[in-house]
Amino acid sequence: MTQEESPVSLADAPTRRLNMIEAINDALDIMMERDANVVITGEDVGYFGGVFRATAGLQAKYGKTRVFDTPISECGIIGAAVGMAAYGLRPVPEIQFADYIYPGLDQLVSEAARLRYRSAGQFTAPITVRSPFGGGIFGGQTHSQSPEALFTHVAGLKTVIPATPHDAKGLLIAAIEDNDPVIFFEPKRIYNGPFDGYYDTPASPWAKHPGSVVPEGYYSIPLGKARVVKEGEALTVLAYGTMIHVAEAVLAEKGVDAEIIDLRTLVPIDMATVEKSVQKTGRCLVIHEATRTSGFGAELSALVQERCFYHLEAPVERVTGFDTPYPHSLEWAYFPGPVRIGEAVDRLLGN
Amino acid sequence: MAEEPRNPVRKRGNLPPLALHVPEPKHRPGDAVDYSDLVIPPAGAQPRPDESCAAEETYPLCTDLVRVLDDEGRAVGPWDPRLDAETLRRMLRTMALTRAFDDRMYRAQRQGKTSFYMKCTGEEAVAIAAAFALADDDMVFPSYRQQGILVARGYPLVEMINQIYSNRADRLKGRQLPIMYSAKDYGFFSISGNLTTQYPQAVGWAMASAIKGDTRIATSFIGEGSTAEGDFHAAMTFATVYNAPVVLNVVNNQWAISSFSGIAGAERTTFAARAIGYGMAGIRVDGNDALAVFAAVRWAADRARANKGPTLIEHFTYRAEGHSTSDDPSSYRSAQESVEWPLGDPIARLKNHLIALGEWSEEQQAEMDRAVAEEVKAASKEAEKSGILGHGLHHPFKTMFEDVFEELPWHLEEQAEQAIRERRVKWPDWKE
Repeated sequence: MTQEESPVSLADAPTRRLNMIEAINDALDIMMERDANVVITGEDVGYFGGVFRATAGLQAKYGKTRVFDTPISECGIIGAAVGMAAYGLRPVPEIQFADYIYPGLDQLVSEAARLRYRSAGQFTAPITVRSPFGGGIFGGQTHSQSPEALFTHVAGLKTVIPATPHDAKGLLIAAIEDNDPVIFFEPKRIYNGPFDGYYDTPASPWAKHPGSVVPEGYYSIPLGKARVVKEGEALTVLAYGTMIHVAEAVLAEKGVDAEIIDLRTLVPIDMATVEKSVQKTGRCLVIHEATRTSGFGAELSALVQERCFYHLEAPVERVTGFDTPYPHSLEWAYFPGPVRIGEAVDRLLGN
Repeated sequence: MAEEPRNPVRKRGNLPPLALHVPEPKHRPGDAVDYSDLVIPPAGAQPRPDESCAAEETYPLCTDLVRVLDDEGRAVGPWDPRLDAETLRRMLRTMALTRAFDDRMYRAQRQGKTSFYMKCTGEEAVAIAAAFALADDDMVFPSYRQQGILVARGYPLVEMINQIYSNRADRLKGRQLPIMYSAKDYGFFSISGNLTTQYPQAVGWAMASAIKGDTRIATSFIGEGSTAEGDFHAAMTFATVYNAPVVLNVVNNQWAISSFSGIAGAERTTFAARAIGYGMAGIRVDGNDALAVFAAVRWAADRARANKGPTLIEHFTYRAEGHSTSDDPSSYRSAQESVEWPLGDPIARLKNHLIALGEWSEEQQAEMDRAVAEEVKAASKEAEKSGILGHGLHHPFKTMFEDVFEELPWHLEEQAEQAIRERRVKWPDWKE
């Protein structure tokens, strides 16, 4: 494990504004520095610094044996990472797009997720699989998917999705330090700036968003803890990643006093925060980009129904992607944007 | 311009229609066995290149068969590892002990003491001679048929049986199917039911050892059927790209449950020959010749330890018994196959070698067989004191939820409480 460091008050720590890529790069840099067992592997992550620049400069700083390119083989990337972890390293493999994680799925589901359990703790897989995910970038079928539900269904995996540069850094540091395997999905639509869902208006950079104020140095955000983005009384919005920003924009525009919760970690989920909010508001809207049927929203909806039933004043609403492969030209017809969210809010509020 | 089709259909004359080739084994149940087309080169005839040679120099060894023990039980040729008699006797005893263990555990399954077992009969030399050729701190990523490695490394038989019986003393807390051992202290990686997943993991472990500047190497074992998995390709690619210090073993025992090796691709080339396409050294070895197995694994281990890269070793052997206690091989192959297997029995061949050296006798062999059977029996009785499968619930219910994660999250705490509530209804007399 890493060396002890005296607690730093983030209020006093010097900050600067970073976009999400820079925040992720900063987290990786800090963990490479702190823990000699952290290694970064993946396609194009080495000399080139990654197709999204997340690992830029790290190979030059830490050397080729700690940050290196891999063959184009997701099952090899994850399988080798499991073996490295069994040796005692703390690998941070990158899967270039979440859409391409499937060849590594057997290694993740059958191996990484179960290694601690099946060996009764003799062997563990403290790996953090980073992967850009989500749509809104004209990525078509294989550069837009949100496969988080495939991972939340697997016992033994943690699934983490940040929504701001500040959280991306703190959550990634926590994920790397965590002794369980973590799937860390990075919403690529918001790498360079928050996205409000209005695809036809100019994008806003992170510099104008409070979530881009990132402390220097080491800090972590505990896994399993949600963030209340905005307090409110009218309804509770449960979302993560890009959809946090879309929800914020739509609800502000509609003038609805919503409580917006960024789940940040899907497994283990922060149910205490969710329950407290829904029991206060009596209404719940679940939003995700992923397809609807058996998506993570179904789990959220069931949990809220089971635990907040007598507080609910309306059925739990789900706003999701449609049950189709992610289309190219019809992206903005598919994306769960302002119109779909707005209609759901209206139904929830009985308008 | 557009009058002529761009690629006119050529006249095909009297070519036959296309035909799918589905490989078939030579012998099915009831067939007389004919091994006459199996090329078994004489022992001692295979050249032994230096461990530091270029990978492509090993190509002749990939299609040949490295053999040391000849028909008279003599060790011959450049691959003779020149082991002392004491080491040979220890190796022989380990093989006999493993066979006795298999026999007793097979019967235990038939007696209902456990749900499942898999023997390695006829393949003892592969795992055990390999274990003798490796350092004890080299990490092994085994399949389910290398129990001989645990025996060779001195892992207590009682612990193995505890795992097979899923009893109170089972270190894996009754979570794993019998024989899916895990013994980190003995350099024995947790066995998975998913085939070939351990291959890229072994390569990753070896890469990690190289990253840290360690001196330990990794080795892994799969069957020939498992070479068809995508993980095989990934492991071979990663091993050569990073020159990983790993010894990759393919135990070609001719059968993957009911599918003969041809279904895995054996008809047109050997499994060892696959190494060459990746730029890896390869050796095909007589898997029933303990000295040849020892020599090949030692060669590959020395090569890996000297930073000269990975090796693929095909151990050519025969799965003498059923795939598992759930399998009946008489329904898909000739019973004569294992009897007439031309490479014989690995234990008998090593025994004959020691006798030829004047270092052993049939009497000593008989005495040793009695002793190992007694040792297994005693271990079995000892393990049974901690219970057998079906005799009660051996582990506290809370343990079912532990080790999913390092710490129990709230949802597993809740589910553990549910399981414990149910326990009082389902098994009111049972005490945790």
